[in-house]
Amino acid sequence: MCLAIPGQIVELYPDSPTAALVDVVGVRRRVDLGLLQDELPTMGDWVLIHVGFAMSKISEEDAADQMRTLRMLGEAEAAMQEVEGYGLDNAESAKAD
Amino acid sequence: MPQNNAQAPDASSLDGVRSNLPSPVRFREPQIEMAHGAGGKASRRLVEGLFVPLLFSSSSSEPLGDAAHLDFDGTRIAITTDSFVVKPLHFPGGSIGELAVNGTVNDLAVSGARAEAMVVTFVLEAGLPTPVLEAEVRAMGDAARKAGVRIAGGDTKVVEHGKADFMYITTTGIGRPLPGLTIDARSVRPGDKVLLSGPIGDHGVTILLARGDLDLEADLRSDTRSVLPWVEAMAKAAGPGIRWMRDPTRGGVATSLNELARDCGCGILLTEESIPVHDAVRGACELLGLDPLHIANEGQLLAVVAPEYADTTRHALSLSPGGENARIIGEVRQQPAGVVVVTTSYGGSRIVDMLVGDPLPRIC
Amino acid sequence: MMKFVDEFREPEAITRASEEIKRLADPTRHYRIMEVCGGHTHAIYRFGLKDLLPSNLELIHGPGCPVCVLPMGRIDDGLAIAQQPDVIFAAFGDMMRVPGTQGSPLEHKARGMDVRIVYSPTDALKLAHTNPDKHVMFFAIGFETTAPSTALTLVRAKAQGVRNFSVFCNHVTIIPAIRAILDSPDMRLDGFIGPGHVSTVIGCRPYEWIAQNESKPVAVSGFEPLDILQSIVMVLRQLRAGKARIENQYKRVVPWEGNRAALRAMAEVFELRPYFEWRGLGFISQSALRIRQTYAEWDSEQRFEVPGVRVTDPKAAQCGEVLKGVLKPHQCKLFGKECTPEHPVGALMVSSEGSCAAYFNYEHRKTAALTSIASPA
Repeated sequence: MCLAIPGQIVELYPDSPTAALVDVVGVRRRVDLGLLQDELPTMGDWVLIHVGFAMSKISEEDAADQMRTLRMLGEAEAAMQEVEGYGLDNAESAKAD
Repeated sequence: MPQNNAQAPDASSLDGVRSNLPSPVRFREPQIEMAHGAGGKASRRLVEGLFVPLLFSSSSSEPLGDAAHLDFDGTRIAITTDSFVVKPLHFPGGSIGELAVNGTVNDLAVSGARAEAMVVTFVLEAGLPTPVLEAEVRAMGDAARKAGVRIAGGDTKVVEHGKADFMYITTTGIGRPLPGLTIDARSVRPGDKVLLSGPIGDHGVTILLARGDLDLEADLRSDTRSVLPWVEAMAKAAGPGIRWMRDPTRGGVATSLNELARDCGCGILLTEESIPVHDAVRGACELLGLDPLHIANEGQLLAVVAPEYADTTRHALSLSPGGENARIIGEVRQQPAGVVVVTTSYGGSRIVDMLVGDPLPRIC
Repeated sequence: MMKFVDEFREPEAITRASEEIKRLADPTRHYRIMEVCGGHTHAIYRFGLKDLLPSNLELIHGPGCPVCVLPMGRIDDGLAIAQQPDVIFAAFGDMMRVPGTQGSPLEHKARGMDVRIVYSPTDALKLAHTNPDKHVMFFAIGFETTAPSTALTLVRAKAQGVRNFSVFCNHVTIIPAIRAILDSPDMRLDGFIGPGHVSTVIGCRPYEWIAQNESKPVAVSGFEPLDILQSIVMVLRQLRAGKARIENQYKRVVPWEGNRAALRAMAEVFELRPYFEWRGLGFISQSALRIRQTYAEWDSEQRFEVPGVRVTDPKAAQCGEVLKGVLKPHQCKLFGKECTPEHPVGALMVSSEGSCAAYFNYEHRKTAALTSIASPA
């Protein structure tokens, strides 16, 4: 259910638009992009691979954001409140929307 | 195949041996399964529970090693045997012929002996194309010359189509114990250091990819080679400090160290970030859910060394061709006895056990 | 250096996260947080994360292990189909050692059955192309993470007109399993580490009832050490503030609305079974997928006779309680004695992400003295 690994698209196949060659630190495998057909990734994009299918595009921006948040862990609570996704100490509804 | 370090019987003591009744068989499983050949727990049960009681002298309480050192009226000879079953026969970095020679040389080397000669048996499948056989025999010849081993004789059998995966090779190697080395798991004690010659997992992952079922490609080769030059370099630099050696083949570093932990009654602690692994091996293992510690190597060496000799030994290894990535990867501890533990740089730890059978890719 | 992996294993950040967790955990409380997904269970043990948590924070292993919840009878059924002449049994490596009543797929292979390990359902389809005189039966398992890939493979099989390929479908869905946990009277939980990869398909909305109706916080989590630790931080912060929301810790990969193309593929090929038996949890309605009539030709259950025999687990095996998190693996009477990874009684011991196997392989002897490796009884 859960083993999915980030890989980078290093080759596309002109005669097969829903397939790509993905590289994981030097290991390469042909991957099916069919589940991302609404917004096909392209050369150089990073995707999450599970059982030979690309499940999602990986957002470098969100990853960097996350690392910033993590590096700030343990600093002043006030600083934490400004970080996106940690708005628990302001008057936000308990219900997800 | 592990062998018992027993005295070779001479004519006058044969009666004594015959009257030594074999120990009762403790192996209770109704039939042989694939797991019994995988080099892990099931294999160990078969060997200890069936082969040892029936075949080996009950007087020996020594742990089983890769080779036996026998004494013939003061002349010491090392002997080992092994069999090679691999699919595909040929793969990046080598083939079954090379594995057969290097594997035999290595079994003797890690027991502290220099291989001098080998005899070889081929079990060939009817229908095997001659060029395939010729390529393997050529590879064996080349590997033997490179390793300085004489192939002194052999045997051939042909079986019906379907009864052998193209070919099975069995070897028996004999050699001379190297001076100044006494390899014995029982001499390992807390404080000793664990040394690894280089990156792990190359061979096993190469084979897995070469089978083609997983449709993965990588720039990887088997690491098959003779480790005798390394052993000789280590013996020269630190002979008295070397307690134990093993070539971590089937079952990987995890299996070899678990066997050691059991044999010496100590615990072994490894530090994860010190274990060298090539990127592509790591990538394949992450993709397939495998642990490099369980993957077979055919050209690496594990050694346990007294702490005062550890750096010298590692240094000697690092100067030897192919040994540049030698690392001290851990140490022997009193506790937890019989167990191998891997720690991470942030303080987490996990047990690394022997596998039951071969490592299988997973998706969960 | 593995991008998007190694950054989330950075030692200093892990230490900081661990300290933050210890700071946030109220010493007068005992926290019980469930990680739903077997992949998280495996990661927790593999990275030794329990060593980094305070003693009043317990991680409870959930039922999100698709191999663990598969009843033995279904394995027998799949093997029965493959026993027919000229059938190739193809499955993920995870299935290979799971015992049926007559042995596991690997044991059947050793006895002559044509059993192949595949990494992808498309590899199984490829086997059908390269073995035109055989029938390839793909034994499909997995939650919603894996189901879309099976679905798309069936779409491709139909489009290519492949006639010698079928899927034996054992896909299950995660929400009913979580409901069964929360409905269980023995269960007391404070919050959840949500299944990150399932969520790449279903998104975060399906968990909203857990916050709204059950008032439990959920952090949909990635699988690296920092992901899991950050998710625990998120849950603890919510508990401290008395809130219950769904949070997406795994934002770099999980879209809040899920993957529409994946959901479409699933809807085209699959429909919900009225009920399905989950090993250890009993029958749960609307919790599993079967192949629609429009794809009947590629449904192993419609192409072949399936014995359909129900096999009950031995009474002594407490798989159900361990699955629900009521018991810890070592609290099951059979753990480590009759039931070990070598001779598993229940599937929780076979699957490498099953909590019993994970605990046995990675944990339970860390402080134990030397134990003898005796032959099994």
